[in-house]
Amino acid sequence: MKNESIKVLQKKKTAILELWMQNQLAEEGLREDLMSNDDLRVQSEELLDALLANLSDENLSNAQSSHFDTVLDILAGISASRAKQGFSPRETGAYVFSLKDALIDTLQQEIKDPATVLAQTIRIGKLIDNFGIVTFETFIKGREEVILRQTDEITDISTPVIRVWDGVLALPIIGTLDSSRTQIVMENLLQEIVESGSSIAILDISGVPAVDSLVAQHLIKTVSATRLMGAECIISGIRPEIAQTVVHLGIDLSQIITKASLASALRTAFNMLQLEVVKKRRFEKENA
Amino acid sequence: MEKIPILRMGPFLLVTIQVDLYDRLAENLEADLVQMVSKTGAMGVLIDISAVSIIDSFMGRIIGNIASMSKIMDAETVVVGMQPAVAITLIELGLPLKGVQCALNVERGMDLLRAKIALNEGTPDDYFDTE
Amino acid sequence: MTILILNKEMMPVVKEQDVVPFRNRVKEYATKIGMGLVNQTKLITAASELVRNMLKYGKGGKVYIEVVSKGRENGIRLIFEDKGPGIPDVSLAMKDGFSTGKSLGLGLPGTRRLVSEFDIQSVVGEGTTVTVIKWKNG
Repeated sequence: MKNESIKVLQKKKTAILELWMQNQLAEEGLREDLMSNDDLRVQSEELLDALLANLSDENLSNAQSSHFDTVLDILAGISASRAKQGFSPRETGAYVFSLKDALIDTLQQEIKDPATVLAQTIRIGKLIDNFGIVTFETFIKGREEVILRQTDEITDISTPVIRVWDGVLALPIIGTLDSSRTQIVMENLLQEIVESGSSIAILDISGVPAVDSLVAQHLIKTVSATRLMGAECIISGIRPEIAQTVVHLGIDLSQIITKASLASALRTAFNMLQLEVVKKRRFEKENA
Repeated sequence: MEKIPILRMGPFLLVTIQVDLYDRLAENLEADLVQMVSKTGAMGVLIDISAVSIIDSFMGRIIGNIASMSKIMDAETVVVGMQPAVAITLIELGLPLKGVQCALNVERGMDLLRAKIALNEGTPDDYFDTE
Repeated sequence: MTILILNKEMMPVVKEQDVVPFRNRVKEYATKIGMGLVNQTKLITAASELVRNMLKYGKGGKVYIEVVSKGRENGIRLIFEDKGPGIPDVSLAMKDGFSTGKSLGLGLPGTRRLVSEFDIQSVVGEGTTVTVIKWKNG
């Protein structure tokens, strides 16, 4: 009996496709602006072909079955291409779910025994639901890739190392300092120290929203690593709130040179390099 | 038996580590170096590790030992040329080599040693330039 | 997500002179999967610490070097197996500052910070197995 319903579906393929297309074309949210009806028909036929060709009694209840690999590939392809074309995930989902109606309608017309129809309807419903989920997953995966790429880009551009003077580097940190960010900061900073032969690095944390014990630990790590390279590290941009939290949390920053502003850090750096910044005397005075 | 050469440069000893150290080699270096400090009366030891790609806790301890031992024999130790990846790893491992002075390269290391010794002895900064 | 093993090799480490060839082998594998220099250095340093522990406390043993993958991440897995006396209290050994030997006592916790995943199984009288994974970008 069960096999019979699958046979019926396979035999009635053309009718199912017609029904499915009718359903889709009647759908209010049909996006003729994004995809022509001919393309839609080709896409639908491909999916239906793959589904019916691989359908059997054993895998009807198991969407994860390896028999459905081609179907899942096609679905993933459809989901990805539709996402690119500008379909919303709801529209792509509705597209897959509309196939369910076509399949079940056909079954109801062809098979007379109500018990069989009910049993098969539930199984087909589950299978198509699973396929619908696959399209969502593919959609989300595509989005995740975009997010990952953007995260990489953000980390790249958010840790610039600036040569402010011969032998003095500055690194403004904007945003939260977590452990993966600290790694990138350290790598960039140490590499630049080697390349520029700098002996002083200024880490400016004016742009860091909050300093807790974990962030402090990351800062201390960065300072220690800089010292191992033979350079000194100054932390600047300590706002009053930060000073308060640091002391309240009992974080010991006494081994680190800290300054309120980048300007005073730079002054300290000049002192350490035995440099002096002198105001230029005016021309007349020099001649006089 | 392999040995790490120790070069004498005026009042300083220069050690350039070019090979991956296994334990016995490192322990020998520690012994040899302390002997040399005593024999030559060196005032400073410069250890160039720019060619070393791995420092684990054992190696770190040897470097720390050399610095402490030299210190009580009145010689300063400066470690130069640590690679960034090695520095980051040491910090992550929890080994900041406290008590060991570091410099970017041999030249800076020499400057640092001169400055430190001048400070200790109260001699003018350019004392060693005439050597 | 399951971890797939793409490549596997066993190296016995029974004497001090085996340490440097072993480290070089780990480096070769790490380079092959395109691991960055900093992560490579961390992995090899961790390997060095663990193999040293194995020689000191476990009288040597076997190390498996594996190239593994999980999802889109590739990595190196190292399994250190010894038939030594075992560790009576693993959680104590994982505490910062604990050591039975004359080392600095940052062996295990320090090593754990260098790798992406760390697991230790020890049975007193039977031996210790330490498994670490370093992901290419982790």
